[in-house]
Amino acid sequence: MELLLDSLFNGVAIGSVLLVAALGLAIVFGLMGVINLAHGELMMLGAYTTYVTQLIFKLPILKPFYNSYIIVSIFLAFIVSGVVGILLEKTIIRKLYGSPLETLLATWGVSLILQQFVRSVPLAYGTGLVISLIIGLFLPTTFPSKIKESINFKYFKFSSWIFAALTGVLSGSVISSSVSKLSRASARNVDVTAPSWMRGQVEIIGTAFPKTRLMIIVITLISVIAITLFLNQSAWGMRIRAVTQNRQMSDCLGISTEKVDIITFGIGSGLAGVAGVAVSLLGSVGPNVGGNYIVGCFMVVVLGGVGNLLGTVLASFGIGIMTDLIGAGRLLSIWPDMPLPLSNTINFFATTSMARVMIFALIVIFLQFKPTGLFPQKGRLVEN
Amino acid sequence: MRISRRILAGLATASLAVTATSCGGGGTSGSFDDTVTVGILHSLSGTMAISESTLVDTEKMAIEEINAAGGVTVGGKSYKIEYIVEDGASDWPTFAEKSKKLIDQDGVPVVFGGWTSASRKAMLPVYESKDAFLYYPIQYEAQECSNNIFYTGATPNQQSEPATDFMYKRSPAAGGDFFLVGSDYVFPRTSNTITKAQVKQLGGKVVGEDYLPLGNTEVAPIISKIKKALPDGGIIINTLNGDQNVAFFKQIQDAGITPSSGYYVMNYSIAEEEISTIGPEFLEGHYGAWNYMMSIDTPASKKFAASFKKRWGADRVVADPQESAYNMVYLWKQAVEDAGTFDDNAVREALVGQTFDAPQGPVEVMPNHHLSQTVRIGEINAEGGFTILEETGVVLPQAWNQKHPSSKGFACDWTDPSKGEKYKL
Repeated sequence: MELLLDSLFNGVAIGSVLLVAALGLAIVFGLMGVINLAHGELMMLGAYTTYVTQLIFKLPILKPFYNSYIIVSIFLAFIVSGVVGILLEKTIIRKLYGSPLETLLATWGVSLILQQFVRSVPLAYGTGLVISLIIGLFLPTTFPSKIKESINFKYFKFSSWIFAALTGVLSGSVISSSVSKLSRASARNVDVTAPSWMRGQVEIIGTAFPKTRLMIIVITLISVIAITLFLNQSAWGMRIRAVTQNRQMSDCLGISTEKVDIITFGIGSGLAGVAGVAVSLLGSVGPNVGGNYIVGCFMVVVLGGVGNLLGTVLASFGIGIMTDLIGAGRLLSIWPDMPLPLSNTINFFATTSMARVMIFALIVIFLQFKPTGLFPQKGRLVEN
Repeated sequence: MRISRRILAGLATASLAVTATSCGGGGTSGSFDDTVTVGILHSLSGTMAISESTLVDTEKMAIEEINAAGGVTVGGKSYKIEYIVEDGASDWPTFAEKSKKLIDQDGVPVVFGGWTSASRKAMLPVYESKDAFLYYPIQYEAQECSNNIFYTGATPNQQSEPATDFMYKRSPAAGGDFFLVGSDYVFPRTSNTITKAQVKQLGGKVVGEDYLPLGNTEVAPIISKIKKALPDGGIIINTLNGDQNVAFFKQIQDAGITPSSGYYVMNYSIAEEEISTIGPEFLEGHYGAWNYMMSIDTPASKKFAASFKKRWGADRVVADPQESAYNMVYLWKQAVEDAGTFDDNAVREALVGQTFDAPQGPVEVMPNHHLSQTVRIGEINAEGGFTILEETGVVLPQAWNQKHPSSKGFACDWTDPSKGEKYKL
């Protein structure tokens, strides 16, 4: 019983990391059909946001709230990655809809740029830049429509960008002067230390579970529930689904497909940022952190069936449980006296690297029989 | 791609050359009869740049020190050492290409370079075919002995063997079972083969072994294996690479695998530089084994650390690979002065038997082109350094490991033409 519980928990823990990382991609790739190779780098931005938030919360003014920095950073990471994603959509991806190869190359280029950016720009000024992007993109939308109509809106937009740039430079230099660790560029990996209440273990039904793992599972659960509710219950969610099913028809019916694209991509990118927070709790934060996850993300989305959230959820937990079963050699402890050739085979695959090989092989075999994944999407999009 | 990389490398070299001339020498004597140019070849870009750039800094410092003390004296003439820095770009074929450039085009008498075993393996044929000489400063898996490479880092019997012995006999987990964890490439696998043979000899038991693919940070399956194999604590030998260590130590601490619950990790790839990146709070109470540790309390060691901090910044640290890099520049200088020429073959002969009062203590070049060194076992402390627990005497290097089944009973001796690279003892 304890063994089963332990194995199930481990599988869910591994799977939830995969799920939270793949969730954003499932939306961007699944609903929009955009192959976004910069998804890993959006995760990396989320991880760096956690690091910056952690350092800012060490300042004397915020010190009393230090323990809650991880909660704050989840929201900040969502905003930061979301805004960068929106900018990416507005400037690059929008021009490339319908040409997947070009999108693939362009987003790969963006991923290289983002990696080099965090290597060679001091994080304080990177933060400043992100702040000015946020203000520049959102300030013009906050004005009442009366003002928007009365004055030439172009000038309004322009002046708000100037304001945004100034705020960005100012906040960049304030952060740089108050947190010395952020004032210099460094290619070195940095470290996010979980607050004390999240370290150590908690005991449930006689088995000890690491708290950070539980936290990641909670983050994943909340993200999945929130995104499901959003897609199925809200007006914008309905529009997104409508555009996914039939873009032209939705356009004819008066849905602004342009706005839908921005929102979908922004949410997908924002979820990548949340995944970044989760990942930063497990390992170190560096320019390459996202690259380590991108293959796994695509694997999950393809296995689950493009455009289906339930498929993504099942696929990631499936891969997680399989990884644990094969990699930790669980079958041997469940069935200790199996015939020798079988137990030797299982032992051979019971290392982390061989388990990975095995899982890739199993997925390839599975896709031979079901090329469209666990839950293939049915609808006009697929028929086209 | 190729062209742009060349142009970039060219630009990098040009800019380095400018800095080299602007601050080069730093000599007080000022008057030299001539100059000699040596090659420095490490990765200044890519994933290895973080580690390898510290070696470039150390080698530059050693050269500046030698110049300040009057340079190299050969045949009654004093030579000022100048250097050309080339970027290996963390790309192994580039290391070979740049080696050819340094030897053929720049005509340097010696190249100081390399970090990963992969880069050394890529460079080896170049130096052998051109009969040139590479000085390589990193602790490595051995099982190699070239006439054209001088290895100043530790061989397994100068690091992992004394460490395993310590863990099994004298650590708080003495007599316990072993679990081996490593990244999935040549060094951890070779090192663990040796450790397994040694543990068997000692009468201990290796209860598990696992390798994490490079770049993977999911440690959960390894943790459940450790817990299953060592339910009440034991010895973990860790040969993970770079940032995988961060993931490993964060996750095992959360899973309750800590010194206070009886699990002790011995690390072969974590030096002072890595401790500060991972965070001492995750490592405190675990162990490391090196030839040089910054906390060695001798005048030579303190002087080395102090001059490095003075030259490159007070927040910098020195570690074992840097000390090896520092030693090899001085050993080259001594060998050249003894040989009375910069000619490779004469210097190679003069090199064997050279002794140097290194920051770690006295070292001597052995006939197999490796160094005799002192081995130290340290416990990682809260300040991010090592508390040195024990020191061996001088340990002779084994290029062919005596515990590895494929090389048992073999040795290397370049001073005797009848023996050479690999002969039966």
